[in-house]
Amino acid sequence: MANGGPEIEQLIQLLARLPGLGPRSARRAVLHLIKRKDALMVPLSAALDRAVAAVRVCETCGNVDTVSPCHICTDPRREQSGLLIVVEDVADLWALERAGVGAVRYHVLGGVLSPLDGIGPEDLTIEQLLGRAAGFSEIVLAVNATVEGQTTAHYITDRLAGSGVRITRLAHGVPVGGELDYLDEGTLSQALRARTAMDPG
Amino acid sequence: MTPARVLVRLRLNAFRNYMTAALDLGPRHLVLVGPNGAGKTNLLEAISLLSPGRGLRRAGFETLAAHGSDGAWAVAATLDTPDGPVDLGTGSGPGETGRRVRINGANARAVEALSAYLRILWITPAMDGLFTGPAAERRRFLDRLVTTLIPDHSASVGEFEKLMRQRNRLLEEDGDPLWLGAIEGQMAERASAIHFARADCLAHLQGLIAETLGAGAFPAAGLALTQLFEDMAVPEAPDALEALLRMRWQQDRALDRAAGRTLLGPHRIDFEVVHAQKNMPAALGSTGEQKALLIGLVLAHARLVRQMTGIAPFLLLDEIAAHLDPARRAALFDALEGLGTQAFMTGTDPVLFAALGARAQTIAVRDGRFLAEP
Repeated sequence: MANGGPEIEQLIQLLARLPGLGPRSARRAVLHLIKRKDALMVPLSAALDRAVAAVRVCETCGNVDTVSPCHICTDPRREQSGLLIVVEDVADLWALERAGVGAVRYHVLGGVLSPLDGIGPEDLTIEQLLGRAAGFSEIVLAVNATVEGQTTAHYITDRLAGSGVRITRLAHGVPVGGELDYLDEGTLSQALRARTAMDPG
Repeated sequence: MTPARVLVRLRLNAFRNYMTAALDLGPRHLVLVGPNGAGKTNLLEAISLLSPGRGLRRAGFETLAAHGSDGAWAVAATLDTPDGPVDLGTGSGPGETGRRVRINGANARAVEALSAYLRILWITPAMDGLFTGPAAERRRFLDRLVTTLIPDHSASVGEFEKLMRQRNRLLEEDGDPLWLGAIEGQMAERASAIHFARADCLAHLQGLIAETLGAGAFPAAGLALTQLFEDMAVPEAPDALEALLRMRWQQDRALDRAAGRTLLGPHRIDFEVVHAQKNMPAALGSTGEQKALLIGLVLAHARLVRQMTGIAPFLLLDEIAAHLDPARRAALFDALEGLGTQAFMTGTDPVLFAALGARAQTIAVRDGRFLAEP
């Protein structure tokens, strides 16, 4: 059943491939665009064209930007902290930037090790990470707390052994504003193991 | 004893042979009677999905939707608890291979969250050969018992199996030794947790069985795990076991590569059950004796779960009356009373449940529909 000409149908099919959208919501989005052709569809199309022409993957860290190296890698204020945060994906980098973690640099792995999906060390930016490591005083492994994420963290730690760089990972534990009673046992025991000293007044 | 937790309402949508079905229940046991293929077990399966795992048939979530539906299915239940009513639900959308869990109208972060409200144990005819069949079935049964007590156990087992598949694949492909080491480290962490959860659970269960030895109509079981290591005892501290397993797996890589699998680990142990009074392996008993032993074991575990968590598990007893003589049937029904839980039973003949009397509500099932009480 066609909902219009082939141009519209193709647009629906493409939009339906976006994360979070299905055929139904894609159809609704396309209809919305068509109804607001001048206010929304034309500017969107132009913005897409410009983004297509401008977008670059940073050769240093794997971030996406319009220049390479990206703004984060060339920002001199981020030099001093000596902190390099390793993340799985650009989305994680953006999440950390939104959280305002401070003047740090990043390294985007582009995924995690997963033998069953055929993703090995050579498919990630691990070699590049090893090449950069010496320029930092501390590397924070901010990978997800999944089985694959943790395997990747252990692997990177082993590969960096002997580099002299301090390697840390994000703490697992009580979320900000969280109530202990509602935490699962695994998180709670992790939180106890990773307890920190209180600063006296 | 009146159950503290009662399943008062059950709604099925496009689940197996139920297009839509609704049941409103009181605090009594439920007996479902009907011919083969009516949908009795399907209803028990629906309830079993309110616990972690894939339910009592271990079916893929994408296979549960009713024939002719769009692939979506849902099971919703309302539970009366001492803290008030709770709405629980689970289901999949069309084409989804996973499932979602809802608690009081909000998405639950993990399926284990259901365990805060209810625990579920079951006995099905597929378990009739449990003691004589392959060790994998007994391990799975053991892990279900442990999960009813320690909800995180099922996730540990799932993660361990996934990591082991990853290790086997990497061995096959002659992968990076550091990568293997990272996986083995993770495996060891899960394996240690799995081993100690199983051992603790069995120790508690055995203690409880010893207290009531010979008191009930069901034989007492002696429980044991086969050795994890052929050549040495298991270290007492979880950290030490973890370190040992990691070392052994690293040493065994060539061996495991040749075998095409991981030869050592908690996935290789067997759960040994003996008929305690006769001091005889369970597998040597008659069919009826094995069933009685299994029922005794599950009833004891239900008591243990109630003692340790304060939640008496619901019991799903599929075709439970088969292989039981009238005396044992009556004893089972009496034992259910003492547990303070709701039991959901099925059978082809209502006569088998006559001894329950007013303690149960009987509902006839035909072609995925409920009929009035016969």
